[in-house]
Amino acid sequence: MENEQVKNPNLRAHHDYRRKKSAKEMQVQVITFALMIFLTIVAFIAVGIGDFSVKFIIPFILLLAVIQVGFQLYYFMHASQKGHELPMFFMYSAVIIAFVTVLAFVTIIWW
Amino acid sequence: MSSVAVKKGLGASVWEYLTTVDHKKIAHLYLGTGGFFFLLGGIEALFIRIQLMKPNNNFVNEQLFNEIMTMHGTTMIFLAAMPILFAFMNAVVPIQIGARDVAFPFLNALGFWLFFFGGMFLNLSWFLGGAPDAGWTSYASLSLRSEGHGIDFYTLGLQISGFGTLISGINFLATIINMRAPGMSFMRMPLFTWTTFIASALILLAFPPLTIGVFLLMFDRLFGSNFFDVTMGGNTIIWEHFFWIFGHPEVYILVLPAFGIFSEIIPTFSRKRLFGYSSMVFATVLIGFLGFMVWAHHMFTTGLGNVANAIFAIATMAIAVPTGIKIFNWLLTMWGGSIKITVPMLYALGFIPSFVIGGVTGVMQAVAPLDYQLHDTYFIVAHFHYVIIGGVVFGILAATHFYWPKMFGTKLSEKMGYVTFTLFFIGFHCTFFIQHFLGLMGMPRRVATFLPGQGLELGNLISSIGAMLMAVAVIILLFNVVITSIRNKKVGADPWEDGRTMEWAIASPPPFYNFKQTPLVRGLDTWWLEKMEGKKELTPAEPLGDIHMPNNSIIPFFISLGLFVAAFGAMYNPLNSVGDGKSWGLPVLIIGLGITFGSMLIRSLRDDFGYHIHKEDLLEDDKGGKVG
Ligand code: HEM
Ligand SMILES: [Cu+2]
Repeated sequence: MENEQVKNPNLRAHHDYRRKKSAKEMQVQVITFALMIFLTIVAFIAVGIGDFSVKFIIPFILLLAVIQVGFQLYYFMHASQKGHELPMFFMYSAVIIAFVTVLAFVTIIWW
Repeated sequence: MSSVAVKKGLGASVWEYLTTVDHKKIAHLYLGTGGFFFLLGGIEALFIRIQLMKPNNNFVNEQLFNEIMTMHGTTMIFLAAMPILFAFMNAVVPIQIGARDVAFPFLNALGFWLFFFGGMFLNLSWFLGGAPDAGWTSYASLSLRSEGHGIDFYTLGLQISGFGTLISGINFLATIINMRAPGMSFMRMPLFTWTTFIASALILLAFPPLTIGVFLLMFDRLFGSNFFDVTMGGNTIIWEHFFWIFGHPEVYILVLPAFGIFSEIIPTFSRKRLFGYSSMVFATVLIGFLGFMVWAHHMFTTGLGNVANAIFAIATMAIAVPTGIKIFNWLLTMWGGSIKITVPMLYALGFIPSFVIGGVTGVMQAVAPLDYQLHDTYFIVAHFHYVIIGGVVFGILAATHFYWPKMFGTKLSEKMGYVTFTLFFIGFHCTFFIQHFLGLMGMPRRVATFLPGQGLELGNLISSIGAMLMAVAVIILLFNVVITSIRNKKVGADPWEDGRTMEWAIASPPPFYNFKQTPLVRGLDTWWLEKMEGKKELTPAEPLGDIHMPNNSIIPFFISLGLFVAAFGAMYNPLNSVGDGKSWGLPVLIIGLGITFGSMLIRSLRDDFGYHIHKEDLLEDDKGGKVG
């Protein structure tokens, strides 16, 4: 296997390309992971300091959550890669419908 | 090994059906069970109409009336219309896309058995102290106060059958996304497959709200929680929202497959390609989306406020646009076609004006100020029967005639079909058209009787006579089924002669592996294309080879049975609000869940790789022998 790759220039190029790509991907994933941990710490700090009003903290944490979901989908679940269009279509449909529902509840039932 | 044509004893056939994972046999099960519930719901409807035939009637008392009315609605929607549509989806969709089965045959069987036991549980209420009596909507302010266990049968039964529906919906999504034959791109999918796809997506998104709502209601009644109890700080309106967030998409879950059926029948008998294929697909997707944005039009009078009412009114009216697109496409398909009148085509022709009437009254109800007048009157009853019967039931009856040859290998009598159609069509309009006026005159819906001298007598009498006509029509259909089965005259692969999609290219009924070789799809209306080029068979996409098939299994039956047992335990648990808790409640609940999870465990631990049909056996099959 190893030999074949060395001999066949085509396969070799492909192999190199794959390696480079995986390395790049790995790097991105590590960075995202670090960022996610950082955002989680920020969320804890925001609550822990106790100086901010609830009106600020809740939307702020929700915003952090949305960013985290985005990271999760795009960097760990490869949402942007080819062949993932249909699942993403379903995902976004569900997000839109869930959002409308929650919006309606918030505006016409509870407040 | 599985077998088809080998003659078997009754016991063996029963066992075969209990354990089958074949989508075509599961279709038979859905059709049989759904048909049974359809008759049951029909008898309940007759009782309602007999009671309302004349003023101050006391054929049934008020309590019994409420129970019959509730069970009629619940049975028709959850246990008749949806399962019968699932029957046709199972029978046709895998073949239409050139697949040998659905993506998860085991789950397909599980979906059926959950529906079966859920429906049985719900109907056992008749024998165990009274059926649910708070309407199919079961609004919490009413249902929390309901005496006896009726509502508990509703919550538990619907949860079990709801799991089944959700599982089947997901299964069809996976099937249509993954199992299409080579060349079957999304834009070459027959419209029945498309509407099944979108209806399944709606199931995926609409059933969770129902499950949650019903789950909370169950907890309020059985385990002492207070989600919907206003006196304890709960909110009763939230039930209505949950219910209708599910409920409106539900009406599209029902009507979209019916649209799909008509989109197959109309081109077939106009012998012309469906007009505006891509706009049909687009309209279906759009209806699916908008269906989630309109639920509050059922709640205009609960006091949502003017702004909310206006938004939901506009959104509701917007749905009329894609629906209109579809109507025009059907009309334009027929325009210039060479139309052949058959029973399915007759239903299609009857469907268009009937459904349009239902759509027009729908838009009227969407005008929020007007709905303050119409809400909870017979006008509403007229509207939704026009869309449900004129759309869904006509679709089901059309499909019964259209796909009967494919499902059973025989053809229902066309002559008797004409009689059924004529009686049903006249009876239907006779029953429900007049109800618009009863509603406008102020007759409220869900009343057990009415008083003389208010001008409501004649209308109600006409309505009841219409219902009898429909009953006669259904009896003739049953007779038709029996006669056809006794005669047992087999038909060929393409009994309508003008079949366009792939199911008409293989034997009726199809062999259990469907396609000897996976077909190659060269365009929309695959089979029509091949026929036009003088071919007698589909173009294969692969050489003849061994076929991998799943094994039958009894486990789906036991998983569902466990939940059925557990439901009794939950209902009679010591905490229930009726106050007749039994000491055996909790143990039975645990045993039931034990059966369910134990069966799942067995399924997970035991490897089941299925089996292969060998190439030699397939060749043998060609020469007249049967694989078995
Ligand atoms: C296509 C299939 C449809 C089905 C199966 C269906 C079914 C139903 C049902 C069962 C109800 C009764 C709700 C209740 O218990 O009060 C209802 C009410 C209603 N429908 Fe439909 N419907 C369909 C289409 C439409 C369309 C196309 C529109 C409007 C464009 C519409 C608008 C309404 C409105 C506004 C109500 C509420 C009226 C009220 O509660 O006062 N429906 N429908
Ligand atoms: Cu609705």
